[in-house]
Amino acid sequence: MQAREAVEERDVAQDGAAVTLAGATLVLDAAGALWWPSERMLIVADLHLEKGSAFAVRGVPLPPYDSRATLDLLARIVARRRPRVLVALGDSFHDRGGVDRLGPDERASLAALARGRDLVWIAGNHDPAPMPGLAGDSADELRVGPLTLRHEPEAGADEGEIAGHFHPVARVVVRGRSLRRRCFATDGRRLVLPALGAYAGGLNIRDAALAGLFGGAYDAHLVGAARTYRIAHHACLPDR
Amino acid sequence: MDAAPDDLLPEPFRRWFAGRGWAPRAHQLELLAQAREGRSTLLIAPTGAGKTLAGFLPSLVELAGRPTPRNSARPPGLHTLYISPLKALAVDVARNLERPAQEMGLAVRIETRTGDTPASRRQRQRRDPPDILLTTPEQIALLLASADAEPLFADLKRIVLDELHALAGSKRGDLLSLGLARLRAIAPMAQTVGLSATVADPDTLRRWLVPQRGNGEMGELVVADPGAAPDLSMLDSAAHVPWAGHTARHSLKEIYRLIERHTTTLVFVNTRMQAELLFQELWHINDANLPIALHHGSLDVSQRRRVEAAMGEGKLKAVVCTSSLDLGIDWGAVDLVVNVGAPKGSSRLMQRIGRANHRLDEPSRAVLVPANRFEVLECRAALEAVRAGAQDSAVVRSGALDVLAQHVLGMACAGPFEADALFAEIASAEPYADLSRADFDDVVGFNATGGYALRAYERFARIRQRKDGSWRVANPQVAQQYRLNVGTIVESTMLKVRLASAKSRYGGRVLGEVEEYFVETMSPGDTFVFAGEVLEYLTIHENEVRVARTSAKEPRVPSYAGGKFPLSTFLAARVRALLSAPERWRSLPGQVRDWLELQKLRSRLPGREDLLVETFPRGDRYHLVAYPFEGRLAHQTLGMLLTRRLDRAGLHPLGFMANDYALVIYGVSDMSLATAQGRLSLDALFDADMLGDDLEEWLAESALMKRTFRQCAVIAGLIERRFPGKEKNSRQVTMSTDLVYDVLRRHEPGHVLLRAARADAATGLLDIRRLSDMLARIRGRIDHVALPRVSPLAVPVMLEIGREMVAGGASEALLAEAEDELIREAMDGAGEGSG
Repeated sequence: MQAREAVEERDVAQDGAAVTLAGATLVLDAAGALWWPSERMLIVADLHLEKGSAFAVRGVPLPPYDSRATLDLLARIVARRRPRVLVALGDSFHDRGGVDRLGPDERASLAALARGRDLVWIAGNHDPAPMPGLAGDSADELRVGPLTLRHEPEAGADEGEIAGHFHPVARVVVRGRSLRRRCFATDGRRLVLPALGAYAGGLNIRDAALAGLFGGAYDAHLVGAARTYRIAHHACLPDR
Repeated sequence: MDAAPDDLLPEPFRRWFAGRGWAPRAHQLELLAQAREGRSTLLIAPTGAGKTLAGFLPSLVELAGRPTPRNSARPPGLHTLYISPLKALAVDVARNLERPAQEMGLAVRIETRTGDTPASRRQRQRRDPPDILLTTPEQIALLLASADAEPLFADLKRIVLDELHALAGSKRGDLLSLGLARLRAIAPMAQTVGLSATVADPDTLRRWLVPQRGNGEMGELVVADPGAAPDLSMLDSAAHVPWAGHTARHSLKEIYRLIERHTTTLVFVNTRMQAELLFQELWHINDANLPIALHHGSLDVSQRRRVEAAMGEGKLKAVVCTSSLDLGIDWGAVDLVVNVGAPKGSSRLMQRIGRANHRLDEPSRAVLVPANRFEVLECRAALEAVRAGAQDSAVVRSGALDVLAQHVLGMACAGPFEADALFAEIASAEPYADLSRADFDDVVGFNATGGYALRAYERFARIRQRKDGSWRVANPQVAQQYRLNVGTIVESTMLKVRLASAKSRYGGRVLGEVEEYFVETMSPGDTFVFAGEVLEYLTIHENEVRVARTSAKEPRVPSYAGGKFPLSTFLAARVRALLSAPERWRSLPGQVRDWLELQKLRSRLPGREDLLVETFPRGDRYHLVAYPFEGRLAHQTLGMLLTRRLDRAGLHPLGFMANDYALVIYGVSDMSLATAQGRLSLDALFDADMLGDDLEEWLAESALMKRTFRQCAVIAGLIERRFPGKEKNSRQVTMSTDLVYDVLRRHEPGHVLLRAARADAATGLLDIRRLSDMLARIRGRIDHVALPRVSPLAVPVMLEIGREMVAGGASEALLAEAEDELIREAMDGAGEGSG
């Protein structure tokens, strides 16, 4: 019954809601990750690691715990799903210098995540080039069966695109209360993941940039404490 | 004081007073005598007592008697600094001071410095300061954060703090007190003069005026003749007094007649929405076309200035206003103050009453208009308090740590500082007299690297320690950041309200501004009242709300449940006392008396010290009503916590509603039965341990707490301020403070900014301290009655259910509801298709 927006709390999901994309059955993990059971593949987007320290470089010393919070959450999802393949859909680091600013504990967490499975870093606009010293493989995009995994959705992409980049959030007003949550957005042809990063802000799914991706009707699956909530795009309200 | 006027007042001054047929007032002479002895002094005087002149007379006398500046070796620096909470007041006082100075032929340069002062003049003022400078706390902070502060203030003789009662006890006051400490360090001989309205505890203000050295040192006190007692009454409306609501619609005609019969009336209400509604209703019945205007903080600035100007020229018959006019320029023509709704505190009421009639020897006239039955009780209690001259006692608080963080950075901008010396200087300011060295060091650490236990940011420090141990800013950009961030007023994000023109949805004029969170609760098509019109909400575009005029008569006005200000503790105690003493009900209107008699018969009356709790069924729900009388903020916090506990006890509460006097929790389980069977213990339910884990859990998700944290983060300079017009660009680089809050709370719950936010929550939007005092007071004194049906006293708060938004409610449950709505919608569609 209690809502928590803190990332650490978003990982008590049981099975999660299932959606179908280009014939593939995918599970929306309430922690904000995508689980592809038949491939044992876990997909996460927009970790924005070391965003806090990127601000600190500019003289704004935000709390330096964002990478730890994000990686802890990721580690718990991984422990629960036990994926064979882990894919980070780009913007995994907030900036190029991010890898070097990682603390020792966070480095160890990353190494642990890569152990015993394939870890694929998809390139994003914040981290376009492969980052030396990171465990795992780098790729611009990844095609697996009917699905294409890339950072930024492409105009006119074939059915079955999975992307991040936009950090979708949805806002609903219920009984005079405005609730704004990270969400998955999908029209059954493509699916955009919410950002997993503790400091990743959000773009409203009614924003033209996001709405333009989907032809007509699309749904938001809002990330809740223990499950996702499916709400049609027209029932969600714009921010400003 | 023994000194004779002749002795204290030089010839030109005596001539000037005599020329206008005036005699200097006793308190004006006393202040002159204190100044001659070099003593800092607090003057307590009512409005219209020549308070400002009293504050300036010593400076004018000194300046008149000084040698001509041409003869001295270097031009004299600033002689007197006047600091006011309102820039309009600073400008007005400067004007009022020019006149006597000119008429006496004094060669005194008087200038103002506010945010509106052109940059060129501000530059020149640093180089070539006037004799008297009138300004605001923020400008003082800016002046002190530069390397020229020392030469500029070195010759300072006197600091005049106007409306000190309005500044002390707030974060702006904290900032001013810190500036004052620095001014005293630069000019140790300067005297401080505080000007204040009557307050419950003048000693706090007296300590403000002199450096604190651990013994509660105090300035002198001069109390002026209070003048004639106010002529104060409560409108005894012939009409039915409503059970609930805040519009006072039933008294509208009587208010209008009062306006007609007086020269100029100020009609005070508690919220912008009430102002809007009342203004609109008054114009509906304004058959005589009386010039009645509207004034509140959200109206466009130019419109507010027009109203103020028209008021100054005596062109208006009445102004409906909010606390936007509590302080400010004196308007001589005001002969009546009407206070609509509950006064909430006796001090604010006295301040408002003082706005009428600035001649000291004639009484100010004020009429209180209660909007519902509880407000009748509150008005009666306030009336008795004002007649007894009893003030609300100030809330005890220490200087805020976020403000301190801002100040410490400013001091580093002024030049390198030694931590020991700065700590001693800061602890000499009254609000920070009890500051611990550990807190101070944390604040310095915050300014350096964010102050995190995980010392990750040494490389990016904003202030650095030099070899000699002193601290200085790491680079000039830090000083630039500081200057942009100065001040403690964090406006909630405001959106412009633009009227869409008939032709396009874009072209119309701007009506004013509303808070973002107000708009967030609206859906397109909703109607609300603003700038005196019923408007339909169309859409949001960037930082504008687009609206259209509508013919709707009954707007959906989400109000703030009565007012921004919660009932003061002092007044609450008086209301409880009045309720529990039937022999004093004679002074109440008949229908209110009948209501209380019926309560006595059907249930019980809330005791002076007890907590009355009623449980009863109504409709298909069960209700629990408690009457703590601790104000809406504390009740809302209590409602949140009680709902959590009842939920844990398996009693399935559905929601709660709070007003200033009571709160109701409703649900599907029979709470009377649960109590009788011993499944629910009210003593345990109301146990103060709810302020432990339950509170912590709730704070994790509370929007109010997040807003509180955001303000602290902005004031302390962790988050960049959002500037109007620049929002679009800055949105990409500013961080959501909610995300920062979540992360910090989990990983470093003891961080100095979280401590600052918790201290604010204790007295601010969550009023936790008051709640905690109440829970301690009623321990073991819960007076529970199980009733077959709703009690008369419960009706007002019961009526709030459904009218106001549900402030509580777990957000997960609401999300599920939103999803269900969608499913229903889809199923309905299927039904139509098949049918």
